[in-house]
Amino acid sequence: MMRNVAIAGFGQSNFVKSRTDVTFPELVREGATLALADAGITSSDIQAVVFPLAPDALIGVGNGERWCVEAVGAQGKPFMRINTGGATGLTAVQAAYMHVASGLFDVVLVAGADRVSESKSAQSILNKMWDTGYERLYPLNTITMLALSAQRYNDKYGATEEDMARVTVKNRAHASLNPHAHLRAPITVDDVMATRMISWPLKLADLCPSSTGAASMVLVSEEYAKRLDRPVAWVRGIGQCAETIWMGDRVGPKALQDHGDAESLATAIERSYVQAGITDPREQIDVAEIYAPFSSTELHVIEAARLAPLGESFARIAEGEFSLGSPGTIINPSGGTLCTNPIAVTGLVRAGEVFLQVTGCAEARQVAGASVGLATAIGGDHQFYASMVLANHLEEIS
Amino acid sequence: MSHSTTTRIVPAPIITEPVFFEQTWDLEYRHALGETVGGFLQALRERKLLGRVCPSCDRVLFPARSFCDRCHTATGDWAIVGNTGVIEMFTIVYERFPGMLVDAPYVLCYALLEGADTAVAGYLRGVDLTDIAAATKQIYTGVPIRVVFTDNPQGKVTDFWFELAE
Repeated sequence: MMRNVAIAGFGQSNFVKSRTDVTFPELVREGATLALADAGITSSDIQAVVFPLAPDALIGVGNGERWCVEAVGAQGKPFMRINTGGATGLTAVQAAYMHVASGLFDVVLVAGADRVSESKSAQSILNKMWDTGYERLYPLNTITMLALSAQRYNDKYGATEEDMARVTVKNRAHASLNPHAHLRAPITVDDVMATRMISWPLKLADLCPSSTGAASMVLVSEEYAKRLDRPVAWVRGIGQCAETIWMGDRVGPKALQDHGDAESLATAIERSYVQAGITDPREQIDVAEIYAPFSSTELHVIEAARLAPLGESFARIAEGEFSLGSPGTIINPSGGTLCTNPIAVTGLVRAGEVFLQVTGCAEARQVAGASVGLATAIGGDHQFYASMVLANHLEEIS
Repeated sequence: MSHSTTTRIVPAPIITEPVFFEQTWDLEYRHALGETVGGFLQALRERKLLGRVCPSCDRVLFPARSFCDRCHTATGDWAIVGNTGVIEMFTIVYERFPGMLVDAPYVLCYALLEGADTAVAGYLRGVDLTDIAAATKQIYTGVPIRVVFTDNPQGKVTDFWFELAE
């Protein structure tokens, strides 16, 4: 039987385009100290460390975890690196959860950072994930990969570029209330539509920035949580699901999943819902921090989380749903991945934001009365999916 | 804090501008493509499109793969795939990505060919892309296409591309 696990501390830097005052390990250490301080403990209290780092070449290092052992205070302790691409940060939190839930450890740190903007070659690096013989000769990258998905979704459900723009408008309005967010300037639908076309239907303002910054989290056992004089968030469910690398297998009459939808993410989310006792997410989930690096992605992720029926998310957004101050589930009150994407820790920030929300610490962007939240992430070739349900109590979720 | 008598404390250096280390990675690889991909690419030289049949789910996996990504079963028989099909999804790229040597604009798409059960990546050529609205009226999910081969196939996936069917 797994033990109860609490999130007892979270910290994040203010995310920006670049930092010239620190090296990468110094940035990692900066992040690590934030969660330790938030939990009211020190590095010497940590029993094991999980280090999130996405593709190494993005930060120009070979196996960057080796550079960062002392930056997370892991000398003499169990240490592991996690890499599931964009999902890395949330998968790392799940690994830390398992460390504690198994009974092996009482206090585990997840700490990492990213500084993607130091390379001009990000999309070229990401292209290297595809098959050497069949696909790498084509300009596949995360932008074209998700443009293909957006085109297919829009074609299937009738969503428009204006519908995508409204996602950016919502998230930028949220980010303007979040001092840690990278892109914080409010924007209008007309502004989004006026940005240059990158990979139709995706325009510049439909895309996330390359962000630099650090984040960290402390996960503890129930027994240890009682000794800390602070509100905690309980991990009530986790889910994962992996998908084939072949996008061409996600289309056509015999496909099991559709590249326009996010069905494997729906599977991961459902696994976490079952553990948490979530049967009606629209009623039971107060706040959702769902990983969506592009405006278009948020549409099918909302549906994968069953926060809107298939093909209806964009109509709900147009009606003002999911925005701070509206009734029902609030989606991405932090501004989300669309406004801030430090790849290695982006998934960690999703869980961190839900932690802040359900413990009532989200300041100007607080969802009133939030007690139950969902965090999700996506990595690789729209391929590695992670989901986590957090609550500020251990009672049955109503 | 007390220091040992040998530690001499001095003022911190003043940095007037950020300091950088610049590096370009120049990495070389020669990837073995194996017998199945190798066979597929060899057939392209004869302008033949080959898939492999999964004996478990009966799908024709195209381009040819040695095992089924769904069943985990080894594929066996080679099957020929037709040179017509439909676009399943596409994007029109207007941006030049650093390190990716393709001149924009171009259409990158996945097409499902006659006799194949999985779609293949490729370029769609022959459509004027200067006006997005006009281009996206001509290209859509389900639009029929045909395969066009280069005059001198080299045994690479880029030996063929798609054009809208007449």
